[in-house]
Amino acid sequence: MEYIADLILIAVGAAIITNFVLIYFVGICPFIGVSRRVDMAFGMGCAVTFVISIAALLSWAFTYFILREGAPLTTAIVGHPVDLTILSYIVYIFVIASSVQLVEMYVRKFFPTLYKSFGVYLPLITTNCAILFACLKIMANVIDPKEAWGLDKALVLAVFGGVGFTLAIVIMAGIREELDQCDVPAPLRGAGITLVVAGILAMAFLGFAGVDANLAKMVHAKEKPTPAKTQPADVPSFTERPPANDTSDTHPRDESFGGSGKQLVRTVRPADPVLAESPQ
Amino acid sequence: MASDGPTPLERFLSGILPENPIYRQLLGMCPTLAVTNGMREAATMAGAVMFVLFCANVITSLIRSLLKPHLRILIFTLTIATFVTIADRFLAAFLPDMSKRLGPYIPLIIVNCVIICRCEVCASKQGVVTAGADAIGQSLGFALGLASIATVREVLGSGTWFGLPLLPEAFWPRWGIMLLPPGAFLTLGLLLGVANKIASTFAAKPAAKAAAE
Repeated sequence: MEYIADLILIAVGAAIITNFVLIYFVGICPFIGVSRRVDMAFGMGCAVTFVISIAALLSWAFTYFILREGAPLTTAIVGHPVDLTILSYIVYIFVIASSVQLVEMYVRKFFPTLYKSFGVYLPLITTNCAILFACLKIMANVIDPKEAWGLDKALVLAVFGGVGFTLAIVIMAGIREELDQCDVPAPLRGAGITLVVAGILAMAFLGFAGVDANLAKMVHAKEKPTPAKTQPADVPSFTERPPANDTSDTHPRDESFGGSGKQLVRTVRPADPVLAESPQ
Repeated sequence: MASDGPTPLERFLSGILPENPIYRQLLGMCPTLAVTNGMREAATMAGAVMFVLFCANVITSLIRSLLKPHLRILIFTLTIATFVTIADRFLAAFLPDMSKRLGPYIPLIIVNCVIICRCEVCASKQGVVTAGADAIGQSLGFALGLASIATVREVLGSGTWFGLPLLPEAFWPRWGIMLLPPGAFLTLGLLLGVANKIASTFAAKPAAKAAAE
C-alpha cells in the first residue's frame, strides 16, 4: 500500500505539484512555440510524453546497469567497481536522439498525416529540455544510495512529467486561442503575452506546493495517522514578513534534485511564511 | 566558396544587441528563467555558456567539412555534451555551492538552443575566426539578457545586487514572488515587451526618415 502511495506521490509531484514547465522551466521553447492551437498542443504533448518514456527507460537501464558506481555489467567486465557517471551526459544525448529517431520512424509509418502536420517540430524534440531533465532527475535518484530508484519509479516520473507538460501546454493553448480575440499591445504580442500568462499560470500551480509533503506525512505516519486538515500552526501568515537576509549562503534549491518531489516544496512548507524562498 | 557571409566583426557585434539570443531570437529561455533569481547565478551560467559556446563553435568549425547532413545535429550535440561535462565538473570542483544552486541547469546547457543554433547557422558554414567571434558576441548578448532579468528579479526580490545589499527593508518591501517561478515568467515577458518596443522604435526611425524625403 505504501508502495502504491509512493508511486502516486511521485506521479502527482511530477505532473502537478512541481510541474516541469511552470516550476522547473524546462520545455519552454515548445511551450511558447507550439501552443497556438489546442489540437497541435495536445499532439506535441503526446509526442513529448512518448519520447520521454522511451528515453527514461533506456537511460535508466544504462545508468543502473553500466554507468553508476558498482554497476553489475561494468563490474563483471572490468572485475572491480568503476564509476562511469562522467559519461552520463553523452550517453543520455545518444539515448534521446535515438528515441526521437525511433518515434519519428514509428509515427511516419503508422500516422502519416500526423507526421506531416508535425513538420520540423518532431526532430526538434531532441533539444527539448524536459526529456534531458527527466533523465537527469532519474540519474540523481538512481545514484543516490538512499533512494536507488528502480525502473517503476523512473517510468512513473517520466510518464507523469510528460503528462504535466501536456497539461501545461494545452492550458496555454486554450488561453491563447482566447487571447487571439483580445487587443494585446504590439510590443507584447506573441511571446511577451504568452510569458505573462505563463507567469499567472505558475502562480496558480504554486498553490499546490506542500500538498505532497502533507500526503507523504499522512501516508508514512506509522503511529498515529494525522488527518490532512491543516492545524492552526500550519496556516501561512500572509502578513508576516520574510526573515531578514542573513549572510549564510544556503539557498532553497540546495536541496538536491533527488527525492520524491520535496525540492521546491520544502521551501514553501506551510509552517514557514509564504515568502520564505528569499535567500536566507 | 570564397569568403561569404558576415565577417567576424559583424558576427561579434550582431550577437550583442541586434541578434540578441534572448530578446530577438527567443532562444535559451530555460536557463534564462531558471538561474536569474540572483546576479551571481546568472554570471556563473553566462560564463559556462560562453566557455561551451566558444569551444563548440571552434571545434565544429574545424570539422565542418566532415559533417554529414543527417547526423550533424547529433555531432553538434555530442561536442556540446563533452564541453558541458568539462564545465560541470569544473564548477563542481571549484565552485561547489554555486554548482549545487544551479543544479541540473548546467547539464541542460547541452540542449540549449542558443549553442545548437550557432553551430548550425555559423560554425558549420564559416571559418574558425568567424565562428569564435560569433560565439563571443552571442554569449555577450546572452549575458546581457541574463543580467537584465537577474537585476530586476534580485533587486525587487531580495534587495541585493550580486549579494551586496541595495534596498533597505524598511524602504522597499521584498517582492518574494520575484524569486519564485511566476516572477521569472512575468519579468521576462515584460522585458521582452520593452525590448520589442525599443527595436521597433529604432526600426521606425530610418523608415520615417526615408518616408519624409
